[in-house]
Amino acid sequence: MNEGLMAETYIARSTAIAARVLGGEMMIMSAADSTFFTLNEVATVIWQAADGRTPLSEIVERRICEEFEITPDVAQHDAEEFVNELSQHGILLVSDQPILDSKAGTR
Amino acid sequence: MSLLGEMNLKAEALGIPLNVHIDVTYRCNERCVHCYLDHDDKGEMSTQEIKDILNQLAEAGVFFLVFSGGEVFMRRDFLELVEYARKLLFNVKVKTNGVMIHEAEAQRLRELGVEQVQLSVYSHRPEIHDAITKLPGSFKRTVDSIKFLKSQGLKVALSNVLMTVNQQDERGTRALARQLGVSYTLDPTVTPKIDGDTSILNLRVDAENLDELFADDELVGGSEEYCRPPAPVDEDVMEGYSCSAGHSSCYISPYGDVFPCVQFPLPTGNVRRQKFTDIWYQSPQMNEVRSIKVKDLTVCSSCSHAGSCTRCPGLAYMEGSMRGPSSTDCHKSYHRTGIPSANMLRKAAMTPTRPLVQILPAMA
Repeated sequence: MNEGLMAETYIARSTAIAARVLGGEMMIMSAADSTFFTLNEVATVIWQAADGRTPLSEIVERRICEEFEITPDVAQHDAEEFVNELSQHGILLVSDQPILDSKAGTR
Repeated sequence: MSLLGEMNLKAEALGIPLNVHIDVTYRCNERCVHCYLDHDDKGEMSTQEIKDILNQLAEAGVFFLVFSGGEVFMRRDFLELVEYARKLLFNVKVKTNGVMIHEAEAQRLRELGVEQVQLSVYSHRPEIHDAITKLPGSFKRTVDSIKFLKSQGLKVALSNVLMTVNQQDERGTRALARQLGVSYTLDPTVTPKIDGDTSILNLRVDAENLDELFADDELVGGSEEYCRPPAPVDEDVMEGYSCSAGHSSCYISPYGDVFPCVQFPLPTGNVRRQKFTDIWYQSPQMNEVRSIKVKDLTVCSSCSHAGSCTRCPGLAYMEGSMRGPSSTDCHKSYHRTGIPSANMLRKAAMTPTRPLVQILPAMA
């Protein structure tokens, strides 16, 4: 598939979750099904950057590859897996358009 | 160990207050016979004061937040406080009697993403429940609110307190929870009133009822294991502690007073005058609570139940010493396993035994 033709992926944090950083590790619990997650450092960066406006590819490129010295292919693959899993639990909202009404925030 | 359990251990190791229980008011529309509170408003915190504290709690790392009372809906700003807490991404649980929850309130709680609503129900028979709450019609209103909450898809728990006045209805109340499709919790603990009055302790159930409960597989999740004699006490047990109060959890009253737990009335500071984190990290009382390990306990350190007892340091404190035994938990351990606690043996040894007939030797 020609990647140039692929639509961008935008991600936003759902407001139907509880979240807090504990000792550098992000804890997230879904209000919908009480699934409890902890995110590693890389996943936490993606989560915190999920503002609904920044494309996932840009988050990966600017935040993951640079900060963690991971190759773009590996980082993009891991990020897509992570986004897919959290979106299945309603923890991340995913769209091919910017998600403008996201009110999510985190601490 | 579950992921959640691991996070609790991590919080304890880091000294993070992962769990906070806030009573937003002591006012209540019920007058439950076993309630340990008085219901006057002696200057409860304003909306803004509570919001400021919620900001501080989020900064301190609190994740699990319980809103309770009194009756939380006696505060007209209660939903505003829940909304604010959810914006700060707390996991919010609400304890309520539910009598003021109708469709609109249930819908709002669901929209706000509240994790669970826990409602107190003391019997499946309206006349018994209403006699305990002293609010006529309260059973119907509470059950109706459970239905409203369930219809919104919220997780609901029915909470019962086992007392002399409702012990015969326990199975019926449990069946009601099943019928309503909600989870069920049962607590046989009745605590002294906040002013020290112990008269309500006569509502505690007698020992035979505890035996029956502890043998109930459904209630304890496998009575054979639950009632197994305690494992030998090892060094890990002696270096540990029995409760998260002051370690990863604490309680804040409607007046801003901070305690290690709602059931542990040791004042440690007040958030109206101090920052929450100053109290949490620097209060001498909070640090004293945290310093106590099982090996430091005056009686319990020599008890065979030391590693498995549910010893409540708050009840021990109310009994006389936070390092001493909690007799309520001694009795639970005994009735669970049939093995008396060190405290029970000590008390028995101290009780003078006199012969029925005393014969004095004749004077020479």
